[in-house]
Amino acid sequence: MKTIYLDNNATTQVAPEVVEAMLPYFTELYGNASSMHTFGGQVHGRIELARAQVAELIGAEPEEIIFTGCGTESDNTALMSAVESNPARRRIVTTRVEHSAILNFCKHLAAKGYHTTYLPVDTLGRFNMDALLEAIDDQTAVVSVMYANNETGVIFPIEEIGKILHARGILFHTDAVQVAGKIPINLKQLPVDMLSISGHKLHAPKGIGVLYVRKGTRFCPYLIGGHQEKGRRAGTENVASIVGLGKACELAKKELARGTAPLAALRDKLELALLESCPDAVVNGDRENRLPNTTSISFEYVEGEAILLRLNEFGICASSGSACTSGSLQPSHVLRAMGIPYTAVHGSVRFSLSSYNTQSEIDRVIEVLPPIIRELRSYSPFGRDKFEQYLCRLDAARAD
Amino acid sequence: MWEYTDKVKEFFLKPKNVGEVENPDAVGEVGSIICGDALKLSIKVDKETNRIVDAKFQTFGCASAIASSSALTELVKGKTLEEASKITNQDIAAYLGGLPDEKMHCSVMGMEALEDAILKYKGEKKVLRPEENIICKCFDVSEEKIRKTAIENNLKTVEEITHYTKAGGGCGMCIPEIEQILKDVWSVREIRERPVEKKKLTNIQRMALIQDILEREIRPRLQADGGDIDLVDIEGSRVIVGLRGMCVDCPSGSMTIRGIEERLKDVTGQDISVVTE
Repeated sequence: MKTIYLDNNATTQVAPEVVEAMLPYFTELYGNASSMHTFGGQVHGRIELARAQVAELIGAEPEEIIFTGCGTESDNTALMSAVESNPARRRIVTTRVEHSAILNFCKHLAAKGYHTTYLPVDTLGRFNMDALLEAIDDQTAVVSVMYANNETGVIFPIEEIGKILHARGILFHTDAVQVAGKIPINLKQLPVDMLSISGHKLHAPKGIGVLYVRKGTRFCPYLIGGHQEKGRRAGTENVASIVGLGKACELAKKELARGTAPLAALRDKLELALLESCPDAVVNGDRENRLPNTTSISFEYVEGEAILLRLNEFGICASSGSACTSGSLQPSHVLRAMGIPYTAVHGSVRFSLSSYNTQSEIDRVIEVLPPIIRELRSYSPFGRDKFEQYLCRLDAARAD
Repeated sequence: MWEYTDKVKEFFLKPKNVGEVENPDAVGEVGSIICGDALKLSIKVDKETNRIVDAKFQTFGCASAIASSSALTELVKGKTLEEASKITNQDIAAYLGGLPDEKMHCSVMGMEALEDAILKYKGEKKVLRPEENIICKCFDVSEEKIRKTAIENNLKTVEEITHYTKAGGGCGMCIPEIEQILKDVWSVREIRERPVEKKKLTNIQRMALIQDILEREIRPRLQADGGDIDLVDIEGSRVIVGLRGMCVDCPSGSMTIRGIEERLKDVTGQDISVVTE
């Protein structure tokens, strides 16, 4: 059975060109970039080429690119550097819908005595600018706001936020893990001080990340040791993965030049067809302002894990915000922050496409999913009538 | 990805006995859509032999919830009510060749639906003892259920209790209470040593105690979830608090407040009310 992979916000397939570019660095070119001999030294040049390729994708200067081990390391480093280089400032402002690499690091800092503020989002998952204005003060060391959300694809107004923060002299970090390679980023115009990227979300391998640090930004390294990355990130360079990421960025740049409309059209086709054929299904998040590859759809009265495992029987890969798939008993913190009713949260399914997906793959999902939903609903003790009773109870509980 | 047995997969992909039996003699119901799983079990009983001649289920839930419900219907069919009443969650899990630890609550849900159906058939109401006490407010789990599940399944840790009953898996406010219940269950002697009557506290002692509980117990748990709480003031038996961080506008904020209220009532032995500023 052929795999239909629609879970590209979780991870992506490594592009064949990327694998090809990487292979020599596992075999004949195994040198250490720091070595004095030519054998090692020659890989240094290749790392710098990759750095330029990454910089080119996001409109940065090569020296503003630091290679890290993953997106999480980039996020952690950004926050840690921000608080360490501004010791007098004790407040960190972020949002409720960040990735756990930010949220849990903020909790970690809160336990060390930092004040943390989590900005709310509205029911469409949109950023709340008023809440930001209220939250920031002269004690704020850093504001970290994701560029786009991994579950809903909703894009935050990074430029507007950056302007406000820079006018007040506050450091701004954005987690662009879900954005790099999906929509154009131009840091020449974007008022952002630090930005995180993860290789495996844009067809490079796992285990490689990037932290962009704008020239002139005070920076404290997180990993301390050797002089690699100009002393900003110690540890022998992951040469093969760095080369791979460089190649992936080059490919992404070309792909973006072709435009995102075809991918968005494929996503929209899937979304519209599912909404049409499945009653009581809703899209989570602001459809006007989303990544072109993402849709989060809630199917009422059924549970997400059951949907995913039925899709799995057809080789179709997606993900869900339901409690049963989260590894805890609580459903997605993103959908809960949006105030999506529990019924809808439990039945949420996220499809995230890539340019590798085809029309016929999408047609296949449109063909097999509606009968799955119908069948699972036929097992469910809930339906539209029960749901309305539930809403009444919920309203009563709220009034209480 | 969960490691499900072939039997679980079989009962999830092609569940047996889906639906409602016609003119059921009893319908057992457990769970709610908020908790993420719910089961409705309907049974048909032969009046003369007291045998369950038919059983069907409707389930809202994950693969293992659907498989457990279907397994339950297969297990009870043909059994007398007395035989059926002896079915435990372990029997359901065993029938499926085992369930992942984190999914054991699905088998407990099956057992509870069966208990509910049998009680209803006999026309008995579920006896709520006066000390029936909801411990986990997020998932509506009583002290009795925690004790019973702990004993029947030999559970020793809070994590296991969460896997089997979901208790403690939401906001986590009740974890100290679950720890206490487990202590009670597994070291029976300690219960006897609990003071029967609480000593009356002075005002200052009471305020210090409230402050202490909020700081040491409540705050770290809220912070673990990105929230926070400030003690604003104590006016007589009114404790005024401010919810911060993720707790602001949290849909379960009122449950959190009620949870704190219960805890403070418990430790002070007084009728404390907790309000937000």
